[in-house]
Amino acid sequence: MKIKKSQAAAQTPVKGRDKKYAFKMKAKKYSVSIIRAALLFGLCFMIIQPMILRFATSIMVETDLYDSTIVLLPRNVTLDNYRIVAELTDLKTVNGAWTFRSLWNTLWISLLVSVCQIIACTLVGYGFARYDFPFKKFWFACVILLIIVPPQTIQTSLIVHFATFDILGIIKLIAGHPLNLRGSVLPYVLMSLTCMGLKDGLYIYMLRQYFRGIPKSLEEAAYVDGCSTLRTFCEIMLPDAVPTIASCFLFSFVWQWTDLFYSRNFLSSYSLYSTQLSGIISRMGMYFNAGRDSAQVVPNARQQQLVFVGVLICCIPLIILYCFTQRTFVESIAMSGSKE
Amino acid sequence: MSKKKAYSPNRWSLADSFKAFIPGNDVFPTMRARNARHGILFILPFIIGFLVFMIRPLILSLIMSFSRVTLVPGEGFSMTPVGVTNYNKAFTADPYFSQYLVEEIGRMAVNSLATLVMSFVIAVILNQNFKGRTLARVIFFLPVILSSGVLPGIESQNEFYNMMAGMTESVSNGSGVNISASLQDLLSVSGIGSGVFSVLFDMIDAIYDIVMASGIQIIVFLSGLQAISPSLYEAANVEGCSAWEAFWKITFPMVSPLLLVNTIYTIIDFFMKNDNRVMERINTLFYEKFDFGGASAMNWIYFAVAILFILISSLIITVGVQYYED
Repeated sequence: MKIKKSQAAAQTPVKGRDKKYAFKMKAKKYSVSIIRAALLFGLCFMIIQPMILRFATSIMVETDLYDSTIVLLPRNVTLDNYRIVAELTDLKTVNGAWTFRSLWNTLWISLLVSVCQIIACTLVGYGFARYDFPFKKFWFACVILLIIVPPQTIQTSLIVHFATFDILGIIKLIAGHPLNLRGSVLPYVLMSLTCMGLKDGLYIYMLRQYFRGIPKSLEEAAYVDGCSTLRTFCEIMLPDAVPTIASCFLFSFVWQWTDLFYSRNFLSSYSLYSTQLSGIISRMGMYFNAGRDSAQVVPNARQQQLVFVGVLICCIPLIILYCFTQRTFVESIAMSGSKE
Repeated sequence: MSKKKAYSPNRWSLADSFKAFIPGNDVFPTMRARNARHGILFILPFIIGFLVFMIRPLILSLIMSFSRVTLVPGEGFSMTPVGVTNYNKAFTADPYFSQYLVEEIGRMAVNSLATLVMSFVIAVILNQNFKGRTLARVIFFLPVILSSGVLPGIESQNEFYNMMAGMTESVSNGSGVNISASLQDLLSVSGIGSGVFSVLFDMIDAIYDIVMASGIQIIVFLSGLQAISPSLYEAANVEGCSAWEAFWKITFPMVSPLLLVNTIYTIIDFFMKNDNRVMERINTLFYEKFDFGGASAMNWIYFAVAILFILISSLIITVGVQYYED
């Protein structure tokens, strides 16, 4: 626009018009950036504000909750709420020892599961992106189906399936009865290793899109030089794909950390933070009425405050992780995805 | 070229696809068969998982939905086929299910449309150059964490929260301090159809939910926007194309293939949310009343509705969207 107009201006040297045009452009530029800033600020504020409010509420003393003059800044700061919630969510035992059991369990299970998921999904994604095999379209349609089917549809039968686990009757032949796998982490790891975990269809899709974008000549060169398929994959394709794989891993880790559905159905024998958090309100009543004869209802505002604390404890590790890895989250996904 | 094509046709015939895996014929030693074998090896985890952990449970769940499931201590459960009773019960006997279903579908239709528009607008903004862009991006992707799994449902479980929400609503309806409510009143007096506005204002009131639900969609759109070559815009600029025209003639068509992915993702995400009331109802039936047959039937109804929605929207999008070959 600028070039065209300035050329036109050079042909007809009218000074006033030139100035007017420059002013118009400037006004346009500024008004656009002001509107943009206002919009972005508003939306960002909307995202951030609940977190700030939660944090402010979480360090208030109970009496501050009922004081209408206190909105954000607490009059009396306390960390007592964190102590109570820690006890309610199995971070701290009743005798007062900090064991961090539920968070520790969440950490290692999330790590284990997401590593399994991403290994499997990378292999499958690469297979779909690079090889032509019979019924490829059919299998890819199955991946799409995997994305579409809500896990809730199969929850009932999956649980039953694992209660009497058997592969084509082999285990029954050997041990005499089907295995009961409920309560161990094994079924879920098996599911993750076979791409049936939380949102695995999405990771397969993302990784496939990424691998499709890499030029084929790289592999052809490797093949001509006598590199085996597996070695080509490990030494040539994988190093390039690290950013995408890392971002898939982060997604998988974060979603596994907060997941309630699979945790409740398959990992119920482990004390995980997400399951603890979902039952926090019912446990609150027991906690506050522990030493009393007559049951008392916990005030609602107090309940809400403790829920805030619980949510914060869940989020804070993730937000810290996100702050360090946001480049991976944002940039590498932005690089993949749209090569179709 | 034509010779090569005759040697390796693009499609696998049924006979060839079996021959490729059985040694001792003319297809087996070819490069193409070798590639096919390696490809199958790569996706083997998926095939196994799909057959064992998807197809079987899916069929079992379908059977369950047509039978009465009773728990037998020690052995698991027993099923007696009862026909469509469970489905009938879900629609006619259950006091909440059909009501929740209709409400949630309505909410989903409005919210997913709004989410798509919103995430597209935000992605366009975040793709521009301005100071603090990185910070803005970091904040906009934060909902990916903050609205996942257990977190969105937990706060609305609380009675106090619901009570407060109800109170704010009644206060704003009564005294008109709420800007959106008073605007709504004003516009509905003006004589233009009030139905349109009520949908619009529902969207505006739900803007927090919408922004919180649009993290991934923004990333996907942004990836599409970044893939557009700047030379297209330069060419348009030289030809005297305004920014508005460039948006509709370049940006929108180039990104629209991603619309399908995003629509499907949005709908599914909405269907699987924890704070969804249909899901809550199914969970109550499942975890508290142990009515596995009824829960399965409701799950299948819900799934069928989701599929129907996805089909309709993908149909609309594929008809309306142009695809460009790269």
